[in-house]
Amino acid sequence: MELTEFSQNLTDWFSGTGPLADVVVSSRIRLARNLAGHRFLNSCSVEEKAEILEQLKSVLMSLDLGDEVFYVSVDQEPELTRNFLVERHLISRHHALATGPRGAVIARRENFTAMLNEEDHLRLQVLKAGCQLRACAEQIDRIDSLIEARVEYAFSPRFGYLTACPTNLGTGIRVSVMLHMPALKLTNQIEKFMNAAKDMNLAVRGLFGEGTEAASDLYQISNQTTLGVSERHIVAEFENVVIPEIVEYEKAARRQLLDKDRDTLDDKIARAMALLQNAHLISSQEALFLLSHLRLGLNMHEHMGASTPAIDRLCALRASTEEQDRLTIRTINRLFLLTLPAHLQVNYGKSLDATHRDALRAKIIRDALTQQS
Amino acid sequence: MQCQACGKKTATIHLTEISQGVRTELHICEQCASEQGIATHSQTSINELLSHLLAVQPSDEEMFGPAQQESICPTCGFTLDRLRKEGTLGCPLDYKVFEQALLPLIERAHGGQSSHCGKVPTKLPTDTRTFVELAQLRRQLEEAVRDEDYELAAKLRDKIKQREQAEGRPK
Repeated sequence: MELTEFSQNLTDWFSGTGPLADVVVSSRIRLARNLAGHRFLNSCSVEEKAEILEQLKSVLMSLDLGDEVFYVSVDQEPELTRNFLVERHLISRHHALATGPRGAVIARRENFTAMLNEEDHLRLQVLKAGCQLRACAEQIDRIDSLIEARVEYAFSPRFGYLTACPTNLGTGIRVSVMLHMPALKLTNQIEKFMNAAKDMNLAVRGLFGEGTEAASDLYQISNQTTLGVSERHIVAEFENVVIPEIVEYEKAARRQLLDKDRDTLDDKIARAMALLQNAHLISSQEALFLLSHLRLGLNMHEHMGASTPAIDRLCALRASTEEQDRLTIRTINRLFLLTLPAHLQVNYGKSLDATHRDALRAKIIRDALTQQS
Repeated sequence: MQCQACGKKTATIHLTEISQGVRTELHICEQCASEQGIATHSQTSINELLSHLLAVQPSDEEMFGPAQQESICPTCGFTLDRLRKEGTLGCPLDYKVFEQALLPLIERAHGGQSSHCGKVPTKLPTDTRTFVELAQLRRQLEEAVRDEDYELAAKLRDKIKQREQAEGRPK
């Protein structure tokens, strides 16, 4: 695999398309599986890990998974490559940092990954843009059944699929959606949202940032219960109850900004534009924070027909990186991904210290957002 | 709200202590909290959480008497003590060997649930598959009755009957 094949491009799941795309950035489903007859990884010798890896790799690479796939020997890749894969959500941070023989089978379209020897022997994941959980569930179930025909999974009639950590026991399913919720932040309702999610027994975490309150205003919500509730039930609950409720919450906050607090909204968007168009050094955290406000403005224009002085100026920007002559969510998401630390360095061709990264990041964004004459 | 310790930064850590019926509150900033030795991890990993849950459970001796404490999984050599420290199990058989000790923890992690509902590998022997599916249907029936959804309950009862007859098991 050549990283540069990917590193200049936006990944499908981050294309800003799909149902409810103005709030739901992406949908992901993950399954945890282990092979019968082997110990869980923390009790395995290196030899046993290598044996598990070899068996799963040969099964996965010989199956018709519906997409062209490639294999990455995660333990043999340099840190920069592993971080790059984490930034694209192709492997987990845990997988990047772990030790011992481990790998990943990745679909070229980046909508499917199998992590081999992560916390469990096998972690499958399917990722799609927007709210597409049912489609994710169908695809991952099909892939899981194909694998299951070739291996024997550890399963007990009482506890279901047996996992290294009892928190994944049963279905082994983790359903997650990534949500962009800048208006809840601007109206000081993030805490309320977090509490509501916890009341629904969901796990919430901020993405692309430090701490739970994400600089990017991107949050991931996931189910916590994996035992005693069927896969279908969990997915239906997300699609019919959880997501509509949370999306409505964010949309109400956007309407509130537009109706009652237009100055705050315009101030955030105008400041973000001014800084991004003029800064010569910009940290990853600051870029995530400011790009989030541009994404909010564009989404409000596209999905709510919002028109304010700042939104109109934002929409009038022509993005020099895109074929279209106007700024789109795609442009914003592309800038977001391409200016993350590992992406910057892979595209630059060598590792850079923080100051050089900040300068390069600022330049890429400045060039993209500068008004074309 | 300002930090009660330094009076400068915003208080982001809020502690409530109830001691002998007296309630005291403390609102401080992250820096003062860490200076006072109060842990301020904003995100706890699931394994940490689990180790913590395990740690607050009664000791093995309290739960099963001294003999169980020395239980060792014959397959992977895992002990309850290691499970407490690491948060993950050693092999699939541990779920059987340590079932008694694990049950309260499993129920706590899964909203009171302790038996599987959902996908079953097609490779399982037919009678095991039927056993699992029947158990799932019976649970759904109980839930339907509890929710007073009698239409669904009737459908489930018929389904259970059909399945039992197909298996030649009257009960």
